[in-house]
Amino acid sequence: MSRTGLVRRSVVVAVAAGMSMSLAACGSSGTGGGDGASKVTVSVDCQPPVTKAAERKQWDEDVAAFGKLYPNVTIKSKDASPCEEPAPFTAQLKGKTQTDVFYTYFTDLAQVLDAGGAEDISAYVNETTVPALKDIDPSVLATLKDGGKLYGLPTSNYKMGLLYNRKLFKQAGLDPEKPPATWAEIREAAKKIAALGNGVNGYGEYSATNQGGWHYTAELYGLGGTMVSEDGKKAAFNTAEGRQVLQNLYDMRWTDNTMGAAQSLKWPDLMTQMAADKLGMYVGAPDDITYMVQTLKGDYEAYGMGPMPGAKAALLGGNDYMFKKGSSPEQIKAGIAWINLKYLTLGKGQFDYARTKADGLPVGLPQPFFFTGAGLAADNKAKAASATVPVQNYAPYLAASVPGKTEPAHAQQIYKVLDNAVSAVLTDRNADIPKVLADAETQVNQVLASLQ
Amino acid sequence: MAVISVAGKAARPTTHEGRDRRCRKVRQNLTAHGFLLGALLCFGFFTWYPMVREVVMSFQKTKRGRTSWVGLDNIDQLLQDPEFWQAWRNTLLFTLLALVFGFAVPFFVAVLLNELRHAKSYLRILVYLPVMMPPVASVLLFKYFYDPDFGLFNSILHTLHLPTSAWLNSPDTAMVSVVIASTWMNMGGATLIYLAALQGIPGELYEAAELDGAGLWRRVWHVTIPQTRLILSLLLLLQVVATMQVFVEPFLLTGGNGPQGSTTTVVYLVYQYAFNFNNYGAASALGLIMLVVLAGFSALYVRQSRKAD
Repeated sequence: MSRTGLVRRSVVVAVAAGMSMSLAACGSSGTGGGDGASKVTVSVDCQPPVTKAAERKQWDEDVAAFGKLYPNVTIKSKDASPCEEPAPFTAQLKGKTQTDVFYTYFTDLAQVLDAGGAEDISAYVNETTVPALKDIDPSVLATLKDGGKLYGLPTSNYKMGLLYNRKLFKQAGLDPEKPPATWAEIREAAKKIAALGNGVNGYGEYSATNQGGWHYTAELYGLGGTMVSEDGKKAAFNTAEGRQVLQNLYDMRWTDNTMGAAQSLKWPDLMTQMAADKLGMYVGAPDDITYMVQTLKGDYEAYGMGPMPGAKAALLGGNDYMFKKGSSPEQIKAGIAWINLKYLTLGKGQFDYARTKADGLPVGLPQPFFFTGAGLAADNKAKAASATVPVQNYAPYLAASVPGKTEPAHAQQIYKVLDNAVSAVLTDRNADIPKVLADAETQVNQVLASLQ
Repeated sequence: MAVISVAGKAARPTTHEGRDRRCRKVRQNLTAHGFLLGALLCFGFFTWYPMVREVVMSFQKTKRGRTSWVGLDNIDQLLQDPEFWQAWRNTLLFTLLALVFGFAVPFFVAVLLNELRHAKSYLRILVYLPVMMPPVASVLLFKYFYDPDFGLFNSILHTLHLPTSAWLNSPDTAMVSVVIASTWMNMGGATLIYLAALQGIPGELYEAAELDGAGLWRRVWHVTIPQTRLILSLLLLLQVVATMQVFVEPFLLTGGNGPQGSTTTVVYLVYQYAFNFNNYGAASALGLIMLVVLAGFSALYVRQSRKAD
């Protein structure tokens, strides 16, 4: 063998040996990012932008704390606000350009899996890697599972309820400690609030960009209805409850005139109206309060939250992190360790209420809301100790403990159809509700048939 | 004989001379070819490749990360979507209304500007000003104008003791409202093109018409329109192609669908399928159908213009 050939073969053997050692190191590391066996870099999105100075500072502090615990792991943060915008997110999935650990909405699992975008993390999540696992609401974890496999971890969770403007309640002679709990009570309260005049509306509703369908679903769940049959193949909303949802809206819009003439509203129109003290009530999520205060310069004292009208069930929502398809086991372990520290450990990360209070951020909002049992009790206690917002304003919402219910499969396609139904009763005085709902049922059945 | 012989040589260069000439030609055109290559690469990557991908994706579906050929399934799915036909009806209505407003209004504004003796430049700037405004700003402005409770238009109507309108909040008036806003936003460009065409018409034709006793209307009908026929027909085609792809105005004014889906357009439906339903196959198929329809319009235009010639 020539000298050159010998050198070449030696180099090849050395490289192969190095590679096999690296692979062995990957395969042998058992406890995730903390084993110190190999260097791992994990990109994570949803870092708060520089404009949110306090949140950004907390993120950076948590990254530094994580770095001390796991010196072999580098968290590569990617800032984004909002953390997810549906259209670019869908494009990211298509282009496979999401970060290694990527933020998703509660309802994104189906589309992420269809795009082949997430890794199964079942083998890596246990009570060692996520000690609070046993306290996480199983219905929340269920939304992250498909075919028995777990694809993500929750970071925040909520149930929808009735948001109301306490200032307008007082002005209208209503008791802000007792928000309306039924649609009949909402209608009466809306009349009194709208009677204040000066462009104030009693109740508000979305009816564009599929959000009318989304709210229709939430309101139907509140009355005990459901959107689709058990097998998901047929529409199931053309019922007395389904008609009642539309009738309520029709009555408030046309009979009582408590919703104003401007319709086709979409997120965040209702928040904008309420933050300007021009809207009394609407159905929404607890984090709307944060948006109204932090972005629209509202006041925490001004907003209260009650349970979903009807209180039979409340539409679940929230946010999670998933793991990009193709991530190495080391990256997945490191990502889980990061999520555990930042989002799932009481007293740390987002649950470090003392720090949140010191940084001037709100403490006491009914969100995140995914712990049960001992975890929930400990969280409530810690939250109450550092509360900076009027926690009693959300007492009716928390006390009701309405069971959560998830969105139907193919939710956006269904919402698109129901948008038109909600829009019909809000923009057409002559709307024939049974016909509107029957048409929507036919159309949803057509859509579901085409998706089978 | 010698002359013939020399001429023969000149007509048939040797291989060496031919290669030299080719090399010289290549050297001379090297820069031009470089520029051409850049343009071809840009078009290739950013225009032609996406178009080819769109055609391919129209016949594919991605499920659980696996992409497979599904034949005409995507088109079949679209045909079963009740909003498919509504979107086409709305798009055709928008196109028709946009032609009535957006084609005729700029033409007559241009004719009027052309007839003016004074302040022509100032008025031209005024007409063009909306084009320079960011579309989002213009749309938000109109959103305020159209507000049924506090909007400018209803305030004016109310002051004049005229009945007010629901504008964007009624399925009957939503599309017309979108067209009015769209025309205001876009008419400046068309007006300037018409104006340029009008100024190219020889003045003698108008003088002769005036001597024959023709008034403004007859001058427009018998001189202006025939003389600007080519520009008119070209802009008509461009207008059809552009208006059928309307998206920004309804998306921002009514959230896309509008009251009872009255402003859902085909491109908005493409957006829904791609970005809200994560169904790129159906979105591509719908884009392909749109392409075929617009190609049909273009073919019609070419045929008509050939006939006219």
